[in-house]
Amino acid sequence: MSLVIGIPREVFAGEKRVATVPEVVEKLIKLGFRIAVESGAGDSANCSDDAYRAVGAEIADSAANLWAGADVVFKVRAPTDDEIALMREGSTLISFIWPAQNAELMQKLAAKKVTVLAMDALPRQLSRAQKMDALTSQASVAGYRAVIEAANAFGRFFNGQITAAGKVPPAKVFIAGAGVAGLAAIGAAAGLGAVVRANDTRAEVADQVKSLGGEFVKVEYEEDGAGGGGYAKVMSEGFQQAQREMYAREAKQADIIITTALIPGKPAPRLITAEMVQSMKPGSVIVDMAAEQGGNCELTVPGEAVVRHGVTIVGYTDLVSRLAKQSSTLYATNLFRLTEELCKTKDGQIDVNMEDDAIRGLTVIKDGEVTWPAPAPKLPAAPVRAAAAPVVKKPAHGHGEPSGPMAARTMAIVFGVAAVLFWLVGAHAPAAFLGHFTVFVLACFIGYMVVWNVKPALHTPLMSVTNAVSSIIAIGALVQIAPPEAGSLARPDEVIRWLALGAIVLSTINMFGGFAVTQRMLEMFRK
Amino acid sequence: MSASLATVSYLGAAILFILCLGGLSNQETARRGNFYGMLGMTIAVLATVFGPRVAALGLPWIIAAMIVGGAIGFYLARVVKMTQMPELVAFMHSLVGLAACLVGFASYVDTSIAYTGAEKAIHEIEIYVGILIGAVTFSGSVIAFGKLSGKIGGKPLLLPGRHLVNLVGLLVVIWFGYAFLQAETVQAGMTPLIVMTVIALLFGIHMVMAIGGADMPVVVSMLNSYSGWAAAATGFMLSNDLLIVTGALVGSSGAILSYIMCNAMNRNFLSVIAGGFGSDGGAPKAAGGGAAQPAGEVSPILAGETAELLREAKSVIIVPGYGMAVAQAQHTVFEITRLLRAKGVNVRFAIHPVAGRMPGHMNVLLAEAKVPYDIVMEMDEINDDFPQTDVVMVIGANDIVNPAAQEDPASPIAGMPVLEVWNARTTIVMKRSMASGYAGVDNPLFYKDNNRMLFGDAKKMLDEVLGALKA
Repeated sequence: MSLVIGIPREVFAGEKRVATVPEVVEKLIKLGFRIAVESGAGDSANCSDDAYRAVGAEIADSAANLWAGADVVFKVRAPTDDEIALMREGSTLISFIWPAQNAELMQKLAAKKVTVLAMDALPRQLSRAQKMDALTSQASVAGYRAVIEAANAFGRFFNGQITAAGKVPPAKVFIAGAGVAGLAAIGAAAGLGAVVRANDTRAEVADQVKSLGGEFVKVEYEEDGAGGGGYAKVMSEGFQQAQREMYAREAKQADIIITTALIPGKPAPRLITAEMVQSMKPGSVIVDMAAEQGGNCELTVPGEAVVRHGVTIVGYTDLVSRLAKQSSTLYATNLFRLTEELCKTKDGQIDVNMEDDAIRGLTVIKDGEVTWPAPAPKLPAAPVRAAAAPVVKKPAHGHGEPSGPMAARTMAIVFGVAAVLFWLVGAHAPAAFLGHFTVFVLACFIGYMVVWNVKPALHTPLMSVTNAVSSIIAIGALVQIAPPEAGSLARPDEVIRWLALGAIVLSTINMFGGFAVTQRMLEMFRK
Repeated sequence: MSASLATVSYLGAAILFILCLGGLSNQETARRGNFYGMLGMTIAVLATVFGPRVAALGLPWIIAAMIVGGAIGFYLARVVKMTQMPELVAFMHSLVGLAACLVGFASYVDTSIAYTGAEKAIHEIEIYVGILIGAVTFSGSVIAFGKLSGKIGGKPLLLPGRHLVNLVGLLVVIWFGYAFLQAETVQAGMTPLIVMTVIALLFGIHMVMAIGGADMPVVVSMLNSYSGWAAAATGFMLSNDLLIVTGALVGSSGAILSYIMCNAMNRNFLSVIAGGFGSDGGAPKAAGGGAAQPAGEVSPILAGETAELLREAKSVIIVPGYGMAVAQAQHTVFEITRLLRAKGVNVRFAIHPVAGRMPGHMNVLLAEAKVPYDIVMEMDEINDDFPQTDVVMVIGANDIVNPAAQEDPASPIAGMPVLEVWNARTTIVMKRSMASGYAGVDNPLFYKDNNRMLFGDAKKMLDEVLGALKA
């Protein structure tokens, strides 16, 4: 009997997302599950009941019916008390939970004897867990939306233009915190043509900032802010002082500031003070993505856009819901990837395998027993990354660099050996040999000069033509086959003739074959 | 034809050969270069045949031999498939090697020109060295031919103490060389000469057997170089300047080509020339514990979805490898390319210097399929473009796109320059199975999040992709 996955309507005020969209329902059904959707669940994310019905989902007319029939429930927001009351004993809930902040909720869920997988408890450092990382997918939506909100409140173009009506300078955007949301914001703002600068306490993200078209602004103070699991940690007092100075400088220049700085389980750090807001140009915009946790800006009002000192401060806490279709689709895909992990047999059953690092981390309550926090997973990736740095810096490993000049010592040795060889030859060889030797050495150098700049595309034709040219050895056989001296007693004519004959046949195969095949190849090269 | 006229003809031929090699370094001049080569060869042969060193009674023999050889050569050149080029080239190298041996023996038994003193010694050393190089070239090329055509397994054969074996071989060769020089008569000298030839043959076999399939490009170009040195040695032996010049040209250009290959693979050039090549071949097993095994899962993809991705992409880079050659998929690849380009997709090809089994192998295959060469890029030209690329299709390549070369210092291919395909938005790797490449290294690329695996025969899969694109 295949399990029923239930998708209730989100009841949290202002929440427009839905846990699963019709495109993903199809895939879940292929895994063997039955899908029940509460009527109207997807309305605010542009997914009508009909769309769900069309892909094979059943529509439940009320929340009570849905919860009663579902073995597994997919949700976005953590359940309310009313919803917990509707839960069936032994069922499974997959949702955002935030167990560290919601101890009471955890107890209530545990009392219901259910299994709960918290999408926010995923061990994000496991590379194979990335496809299930809903925090990332939602944060990138929020980062994108933050730029859109800023553009909306900002009175000018983002990109610089030179028009008949005069020159428009590009907007200067400063982004505080280059996590997933920050990076998405950098990409979106750079895409609109703004000049983007960004800062993060973790120095390692500088490259990521650059790769998205932003400029990384360093704090002039030595301390790395990387905490465990890709999050930032709280920094020392000296660092914070230096950071404040940097922010004050940036605030004066920037037209738009987007702040994304969050430290897990703690109130958001205060980065932008009232004085800094005051120092900004009138008409500037601050989008505070940390508003829900108190805000990175002193003057932020959570949930609202306010104007202070001529600066619009956007403190919306529902940025993700403002792009409900996109965020729902991404979240649904994260859930689908998780379901694939839970249902490897594709028979519509789930197996919460506590041996699996990713699933172990996600599972915060197993059959009514609190299993949070999970032990730290084994980290296969970390040591590799640490050790990788020296390789990248020194890829040649001491082997000859193709372009760099030879080291002076190697050069000296080469010249020394050559001098000794030449002396030996000069001292002992007869004059006739020396003539040949001269020709030989010069020819070697010509070969080197001629071939050095060959295009890699022509390596094969070049090889086949040099091969054809090497059949010049036929000349050697030709002069042996019947020289004028033939017939003299000392010369075994028969033996030599057959040997030379063999050599001629072999080398002419090479001669004709080589040139012909080269010709054939070169005919093919065309623009 | 007088001796002076013959010499001048030789000079002309030598110049034509230089122009030939020079012309081959650029597509625009390549065809002319090949023509120069043919012209030079014709002049050289005619000047020799009608020159003072060949008596009229030899003519019938020469013409017969050249007709036989020429017919076989033309036939081979006509029937060879472009995917079999590496085998053909290796096979032809073996012919040159064998011819050098035969000429060497013939020269030794020819006592009509009497040398004395230092001249005699030098002449005999030339014979000895000429036959040595010829024999190594011959047997090495035969083995290379066997490996490339799949008649001999591609896995390197590593004898215990093989460096010692080589060293002992070398010492024995030197010892018999001494004995050879001391020999008074041709009969007495024949024994050391034959013993040396056998050792040289064995050495050639041993050298190439120890080399894995992935390193074949270097071997082929190295043998090319050897065949040139064999010709040069023959020239010394016969006091023929044209042979010396041409042999040296081929030898040094082949060596340079091998050197370029070696750089592309981050191998040590000297150890290749010395035949100690692949000396770190044992390292992969030893380092197996240290090298990080990539973990995670691969995401398979179907042909239809691949077509979908390609259709939606703005810029596509195709990375062909040996798998494309094996599956003969180059024509389908071009069909796909044409279709996508017609839709305005920027399709380009990225060629790793050692993709395939011979330097430039992929370029020849793509040229055969009529892919215009200005969209075929070299590694250095295109590596920086991957981050701006939507889809990268890797067709039957593995080691050349392995991020372990940059990320994992314990990997056997650490430090080898690779195509950084993982920087693209999506990569699609076409492969028959999850088996590792010739270097025997697992590929972390397959486990990356932005990678999809399209399993199956490259030709069949690409045909399906093409069908889906047309639909």
